[in-house]
Amino acid sequence: MTTTDATAVPVRPRRQNPRGDQVFHAAATAAGVAVLLLIVAIAAFLIARAAPAYHRAGWRFLTEREWFPDDPSRAFGILALAFGTIVSAVLALILAVPVALGSALFLTELAPPALGRWVGHLVDLLAAVPSVVYGLWGVYYLVPRLIPVSRFLDRTLGFIPLFDSRNNTYGRSLFAAAVVLAIMVLPIVAAIAREVFRQVPTADREAALALGATRWEAIRLAVLPYSRGGVVGAVMLGLGRALGETIAIALVLAASFKVDIHVLEPGGNTIAANIATKFGESGAHGREALIASGLVLFAITLVVNVVARGVVYRSAIAAEGRP
Amino acid sequence: MSKRIEAEGVTAWFGSHKAIESVSVAIEPKQVTALIGPSGCGKSTFIRTLNRMHEVVPGARMEGKVLLDGEDIYGDGVSATDVRRSIGMVFQRPNPFPTMSIRDNVAAGLKLNGVRGKSAIDDAVERSLRLAGLWDEVSTRLNRPGAGLSGGQQQRLCIARAIAVEPHVLLMDEPCSALDPVSTLTIEDLITDLKDDYTIVIVTHNMQQAARVSDVTAFFNIGGPGEPGRVVEMGATSKIFTKPDDERTEAYITGRFG
Repeated sequence: MTTTDATAVPVRPRRQNPRGDQVFHAAATAAGVAVLLLIVAIAAFLIARAAPAYHRAGWRFLTEREWFPDDPSRAFGILALAFGTIVSAVLALILAVPVALGSALFLTELAPPALGRWVGHLVDLLAAVPSVVYGLWGVYYLVPRLIPVSRFLDRTLGFIPLFDSRNNTYGRSLFAAAVVLAIMVLPIVAAIAREVFRQVPTADREAALALGATRWEAIRLAVLPYSRGGVVGAVMLGLGRALGETIAIALVLAASFKVDIHVLEPGGNTIAANIATKFGESGAHGREALIASGLVLFAITLVVNVVARGVVYRSAIAAEGRP
Repeated sequence: MSKRIEAEGVTAWFGSHKAIESVSVAIEPKQVTALIGPSGCGKSTFIRTLNRMHEVVPGARMEGKVLLDGEDIYGDGVSATDVRRSIGMVFQRPNPFPTMSIRDNVAAGLKLNGVRGKSAIDDAVERSLRLAGLWDEVSTRLNRPGAGLSGGQQQRLCIARAIAVEPHVLLMDEPCSALDPVSTLTIEDLITDLKDDYTIVIVTHNMQQAARVSDVTAFFNIGGPGEPGRVVEMGATSKIFTKPDDERTEAYITGRFG
């Protein structure tokens, strides 16, 4: 069929700047700027309020374990808090990520679709439980039941300092906190990983299967490489949650300020839990010190996010270029 | 190396929908057999029963026999993965593994088959890429991502990947439908070259393509909406396209429907 000038539909000239475009442009710009301003405002607030504490403590803020900011004769520093924060979060990820990825792979790749949907919803429900509930459940239910587990680890792997409890006490330890954190992180990582695995094109899976790959080989050839960036993002979101978790840790941990790799022994503390438990009873100096510790937490999560972005970005480039 | 395939009374479902019914077709080695017919007539479903790819779709099932040189690929104790290693497949859209280099794409099937050793793999990669007519274009950039090639090159890469494991049969499900005319001609020439070594089955929407590349043509059709696809007529391509026995075949190839 050919179209001649006589039968062509007349094209109305478009207005150059329709009002809708302008409104949209302004709204989108405003939203983008607002987010930036918000982050800058938070950072500025933290820095301004934390400055006196940094000034008083000096460099010892980074190396000191104790936390007596309101007592002029004693010191305070971030070391024990940062240690507890990072150790509990990393332990939680070590426990949670294999289970989360395994469940996501099972639900997307192996389970019958109907079952996958239902179990997926149940996993999502875990993410909706408030953290204070996890904290209460952790301290009343989980901690007593983790004692035999801790004792077993101590007896069988006690020659490794990580699993050694020198006075054979267990309970409200960084390990118990990490288990509670793991259960809280699990549904987030699992839910995102599931969405990531679902994005893998059927064509990629079929390419592997048609070469004679087994289910697992197809996962290894097609699913995992394609979803690496997304999985890293999921894990990093989980890490962010674990680093910042407050109330559940405050309930589970028997707080103490130590830098000690013997995580089965009771004690330890994290930045967020310390802020929550100490804020009410602190004087002016104490609050400045807590805000200073909050700034450190802000910096840690910022670094985690930047690194995660980098990894996601690089694997996104590797996956580019499909027709 | 190439083997004969015989489908006997193949019926296939997706859930409760019957996509094809009692399809019986004999496919001879060292020939190109084209499956033609209107959309939704079950050509793709049928070709996927020939290497047990039909069953990977959730809810899909089939009945009937598919004999590869007399042996039922659905028989007891025959594993789907073994079947797929000896019956290769090329898909509608080029689907190289996006995160792999050109070399690793071709080597993927070899590694699944337990081929080890750099020189053995390099030799097989070169041989397959040469057979697929892609070697001269990619030999200097084997470590570049396969996804960086053009659509036609990607499809030839997928053909190289499929033939690297030396299958007996090569199934092609509309291999040119996502390609431009020049790439399509390149692939058609390649199909003609490959039939010396392989039994080739190709699903195509393009009747000129079937006429150009195939020796035998099977025409699939459905009785009406929602009804299963069946083979209406099968025979030498020259006969199907000049004087078919069935008037529905004639209507289709002369463009009166479909």
